[in-house]
Amino acid sequence: MVHDVVRSLAGLTGKMFTELLEHMGRWAVFSAVSLAGMVRMHRLLPKIAYDIYFIGFKSLNIIVLVAFFTGMVLGLQGYYTLIKFSAEGMLGVAVALSLVRELGPVLTAIMLIGRAGSSISAELGIMRISEQIDALSTMNIDPKQYLVTPKLIAALICFPLLTAVFDCVGIVGGYFSSVLLSSRSGIFFSKIQSSLLLADISGGFVKSVVFAVLVMTISCYCGYYTHLNPRSSGAQGVSNSTTSAVVQSCVYVLIADYVITSFLM
Amino acid sequence: MITPTLIHIDKLSKSFQGRVILDEISLDIHRNQITALIGKSGVGKSVLIKHIIGLIEPDAGDIVFDGQSYATMSRKDFAAIKSRCSYMFQNNALFDSLTVYENIALPLRERAGFSTAVIAEKVAHRVAQLELAEVQHLYPKQISGGMQKRVALARALITEPEIIFFDEPTTGLDPIRKNTVFTMIHRYHQELNFTALIITHDVPDIFYIAHQVHILDQGKIIFSGSPIELERSTDTDLHQYIHGHDLLVDELTGLHSRTEFMRAYAAAQHDTVGLVSMQIKGLRAVADYDGQLTVFALRQALGRFVGSLSECSVFPAVFSQEIFLLLLPLATASQLEHVRTALKSFFDQPHVTALRERNKISIELGCALVPPHTAACAALKDTLASCEIVL
Repeated sequence: MVHDVVRSLAGLTGKMFTELLEHMGRWAVFSAVSLAGMVRMHRLLPKIAYDIYFIGFKSLNIIVLVAFFTGMVLGLQGYYTLIKFSAEGMLGVAVALSLVRELGPVLTAIMLIGRAGSSISAELGIMRISEQIDALSTMNIDPKQYLVTPKLIAALICFPLLTAVFDCVGIVGGYFSSVLLSSRSGIFFSKIQSSLLLADISGGFVKSVVFAVLVMTISCYCGYYTHLNPRSSGAQGVSNSTTSAVVQSCVYVLIADYVITSFLM
Repeated sequence: MITPTLIHIDKLSKSFQGRVILDEISLDIHRNQITALIGKSGVGKSVLIKHIIGLIEPDAGDIVFDGQSYATMSRKDFAAIKSRCSYMFQNNALFDSLTVYENIALPLRERAGFSTAVIAEKVAHRVAQLELAEVQHLYPKQISGGMQKRVALARALITEPEIIFFDEPTTGLDPIRKNTVFTMIHRYHQELNFTALIITHDVPDIFYIAHQVHILDQGKIIFSGSPIELERSTDTDLHQYIHGHDLLVDELTGLHSRTEFMRAYAAAQHDTVGLVSMQIKGLRAVADYDGQLTVFALRQALGRFVGSLSECSVFPAVFSQEIFLLLLPLATASQLEHVRTALKSFFDQPHVTALRERNKISIELGCALVPPHTAACAALKDTLASCEIVL
């Protein structure tokens, strides 16, 4: 009895591990082929322009809104923490470093996962189940390079830019908190100027680039291979792919954030 | 005329979740010919085409395209083959975020060497041919299913490929447009001399344009040959594919087909079987002048009348357009005579009499007891020879 349970558990673990390996391998090849498509970028310019509009411009308002309130909350929390040590003059540095190094790239990525990643995954999922991706293949058009590469390029352009917007607006939000709470608001920007280094900004930039690749390849991968999910099909399959894209993207962004931070520190 | 083989499918097998769809299928698609692939829904016709176009990998077997085996072919060679082909999907697979015009233009736009002006000219030509000018700026979801089919057809033809795979190109089209599609395929074939593989349920229409026909059933190819060979085939399993419409009529009238009659006659286990024949001379003319539905109504009335005969078990069948037969396995001579008399009374009914007189129809009835092992045609000839004009 115990022997059977152990055997079935071992079998289940082995199957899950094999599926995970297959999944990772397919994702790696998918990402590599999509990245390789960049060599013929000139033919994809109209699609890239549209994707920049879709991923970047259409996300701008939500990024600004979230960044502003994140900065305000950081200012609020930072002020009441720093005032205990009579160090409220350091509020600007605390807000700026938190945003530039960590919150800016991560929250921008998570907002883009919700707004653009889920949408792209659903779009590709529907294209898969309605055989539009197969149709591209029969026309001798590489579906990965036609559909995924422009989105990847657009994400590589939009993620760092939106992260920069997030950082700037967040700092302004922090400044508003500072103005509301303290009469010494002038020190806010002077401390940022003296403490924020180029390495902090470039670290945030590296993160945003890595997150762009992760979010876009995972979102596109989940939609592109909707049909390979044996547990669901049709509209339900697209729904599962979209959920899976959002969850996996968030998880991998946070894991990658830790890994990159550990290298940068 | 048989041309050289362009695509050879060699013992191709495919299963989905343990269900065998294709079971060691072998067939040839000949260069510059139109090949039809027919079969019931869900037997794997589309799966077979998707193997050829590379959308599905086989479990076993191989495809040899123009002398090159898929098993050993490089990616580059396969891309070269794909650029020679075009595929019209069963559910159209139109890009719903592109307009009709953009959908048709896409294959040209993605191929180097076509200027915008050339693309516009080629698309305009196809759009005009397929009567899509009014909808070319709309999205696929904004047009009817029939129009979507025509857009898919235009997209398949736009590159003027060497080989075209049509997956049910006329499904969902009205009869007039269905004829237009087949006529267009035929005309383009004459002009461009392409090779085509067409999956269709439009029998017998497809037989007029196809050079070769393959029938797929239960994972196997059960027939390969020309439409004429198929029509001449005496195989009863093939009968349902070529006479599907007749089978529906037979089903509705209660009269069995000629093939079923032959089968029932051969299966009779008695010393003698009763055979009653009816020749309704002039019925063909009724079909020509009054229409098939009038003939159908007469057949239906006859079928109901025969079904109401309670003397013994009767197996009624349509032998030809004007000859009807009744097989009575357990009949005696007196019962046969009784049935014959009853049939005469059927044709004496006022509404049948009116039809007979209007169309100058004569009725000949004959009956005989024949041994079951006699060749059916010989027994029939004997019975027909004994026919007397009764009305």
